[in-house]
Amino acid sequence: MADTFLDSTELVLNMGPQHPSTHGVLRVIVKLDGERVIGTECVIGYLHRGVEKIGENRTYQQFAPYVDRMDYVASVSNGLGYCLAVEKLIGVEVPPRAQAVRVILTELNRIASHLVWLGTHALDVGALTPLFYTFREREDILNIYEKYCGARLTTHAFRIGGLQYELYEGFEDEVRAVCDTILPKIDEYEQLLTGNRIWVGRLKGVGILTAEECKQYGVTGPMLRAAGVKWDLRKAQPYSGYEQYDFEIPVGQNGDTFDRYIVRLEEMRQSVRIIRQAVDRIPDGPIMGKVPKVIKPPVGEVYVSIEAPKGELGYYIVSDGSTQPYRVRVRPPSFVNLQALDKMARGALVADLVAIIGTIDIVLGEVDR
Amino acid sequence: MNFFLLSAIKMAMVMGVLMLTLLYLQWAERKVVAHIQVRLGPYRVGPHGLLQPIADTLKLLLKEDLTPPGVNKGLYVFAPFLAITLSLISIVVIPFGPAIEVAGVQTWMQLTDLNVGVVFVLAISSLAVYGIVLAGWASNSKYPLLGSLRSAAQMISYELPLGLTIAAPLLMANTLSLREIVLSQSHYYWGWIPAWNVLHGPLPQVIAFVVFMIAAFAETNRIPFDLPEAETELVAGFHTEYSSMKFAGFFMAEYANMFTVCSMATVLFLGGWLPPWPAEKGSVFFPSVMFAAAGLIALRHGLYRARPRDRRSFQVIAMVSFGLAALFLIPAFAQFFSPLFWFGLKTGLLLFTFIWVRGTLPRFRYDQLMRFAWSFLFPVAAVNLMATALLVAIFG
Repeated sequence: MADTFLDSTELVLNMGPQHPSTHGVLRVIVKLDGERVIGTECVIGYLHRGVEKIGENRTYQQFAPYVDRMDYVASVSNGLGYCLAVEKLIGVEVPPRAQAVRVILTELNRIASHLVWLGTHALDVGALTPLFYTFREREDILNIYEKYCGARLTTHAFRIGGLQYELYEGFEDEVRAVCDTILPKIDEYEQLLTGNRIWVGRLKGVGILTAEECKQYGVTGPMLRAAGVKWDLRKAQPYSGYEQYDFEIPVGQNGDTFDRYIVRLEEMRQSVRIIRQAVDRIPDGPIMGKVPKVIKPPVGEVYVSIEAPKGELGYYIVSDGSTQPYRVRVRPPSFVNLQALDKMARGALVADLVAIIGTIDIVLGEVDR
Repeated sequence: MNFFLLSAIKMAMVMGVLMLTLLYLQWAERKVVAHIQVRLGPYRVGPHGLLQPIADTLKLLLKEDLTPPGVNKGLYVFAPFLAITLSLISIVVIPFGPAIEVAGVQTWMQLTDLNVGVVFVLAISSLAVYGIVLAGWASNSKYPLLGSLRSAAQMISYELPLGLTIAAPLLMANTLSLREIVLSQSHYYWGWIPAWNVLHGPLPQVIAFVVFMIAAFAETNRIPFDLPEAETELVAGFHTEYSSMKFAGFFMAEYANMFTVCSMATVLFLGGWLPPWPAEKGSVFFPSVMFAAAGLIALRHGLYRARPRDRRSFQVIAMVSFGLAALFLIPAFAQFFSPLFWFGLKTGLLLFTFIWVRGTLPRFRYDQLMRFAWSFLFPVAAVNLMATALLVAIFG
């Protein structure tokens, strides 16, 4: 490199897979000039479990729990995407009651996922305390999941064609209570962080990704919206009845780490708005559509994508007419967004690199699958 | 009495109290941060985790002492010893209280009063960077190297504002001896307001005090300036490759440094062991009132305890507090311990600030840290020093 300082030698630093802030088992090989990053290379695959291959050897229903293990902090969203894909493949209509419950649980999941992101991101930037606050609030959401389906993390909350479980007594009140507590808490995080000059100084202008670059890399989700692109699959191609709900798509301007932080906080508020509307008018009726005991879709293929907390989560399923998919391909948002790491990190400092890894909001289970 | 014997006794006492303070400072930090973070903190080892520091020390003593391959053996072993020695040595000149008389022997509550005490502390704290730099270099590993590079730049940068802010009260006290600096703050304005250097004319050193504290955070590598050991960036920074008692050495050095800078702030700006208002106007009763109030609070928690494990602990704490309150009413006891109480209270409050900030703020970035030191702290400290010098020349 010609632009190194005083012809100093470059330092190649291996961050991860055992490193406190690589969010699991990401390995980043960083080339440093002093503290300045002149190049990165991601090594992934330490959490590879062959999820897509497993899909080829299971029936459609059997594979549903596996998708929860990809993005394990947003397992409900994963499940929703898969169920929608299979439902489209076999042409099943999901009853409105099931759709409303799906929306409530998925949006709760979005809040939970963003809370995990906020806590860990703040920890990466050096603020130790928000992690404990966000996990306290996340607990309320996980308790609802536990009461509803018995599991907290890998929930398998939805079934192909609708829901397996009817809502428990008092579900609506608990969801409303969570909505009421979370809004002031989000303001509290903002007080702790947004007004803090060190926090703003660490995030503003760091890891800028313009709208054009986002499109080139295929970056979706909050990262794309922070760059100013008003693109949200819930609005662009509504699924599961999202068209009935009134909500905004928060966008940023600069596409830097600070904007992504603001966008995600605002998304949590919008999720609360959706949940409140949905919980007030859960329709009566059946919770399961007409799904055959043995799912044998016609020969064909389907691609269904949803707006997961981290971006566009897509399922591409090819059916050969048997009870097992011929191919299941997952388009995970974390994996695609992670590609932009090198673009964002070049020229930044080591401390910025950590903030940038945090702002992508990766879950390695989803990157490696 | 024999000078050496007296010194040895004093040394043993200071060392004993200091080591205990350092151990429990760590406990206090864990407790305070835990409560900020809606946790309980240490709770299992002894009542309220009070035996946790001892358990930790034992654990560290018994751990295998690893020496990674490829290290520079001599420096690797030397660095933690250097760090701990240098951080403890400045305690020597810090005055904890006034002259006392025990069994006919008159002495000061201070190990030694160097007439260049302030300069001595500055010199020693400048050397402290060697412990960290050598550790980073000798470890032959990349994270420690980056950590030690950061700390070298950081500590040298923050030494300057620190020195400049110390110079301002020196101008007002017109001495370099820490004992005399305290004594120069011993009168009261209008009988009430203490003439501590933060409030003392001709120029109250509030700015210097704040800048001193900020620089002290950087000198001790605490959040928001904990870049040398930034956990989420550099794993553990300069002590990544250290284990067992060598790690404990660095750990203890950090806490000893915190204690030293807080004591220095107390002595230089907050009037050392002097009470905030005159003894004859009731400050002698303050310790009793405070301990009694603490006792009452503890008693209330004891009566309406939240957890089964607190069956007896709060009652015991309440009794101890009431006992201390009663002891401070005995004049002979109060005369001896009041100065220590005030010194401890002021230093303790400053230490609490250190812990509080750790629970609140994120970390600076390397370039921001440098810019902050050179383009903000340094000019502010320099202007403050010049203003003080001018005012002292006119009015002093």
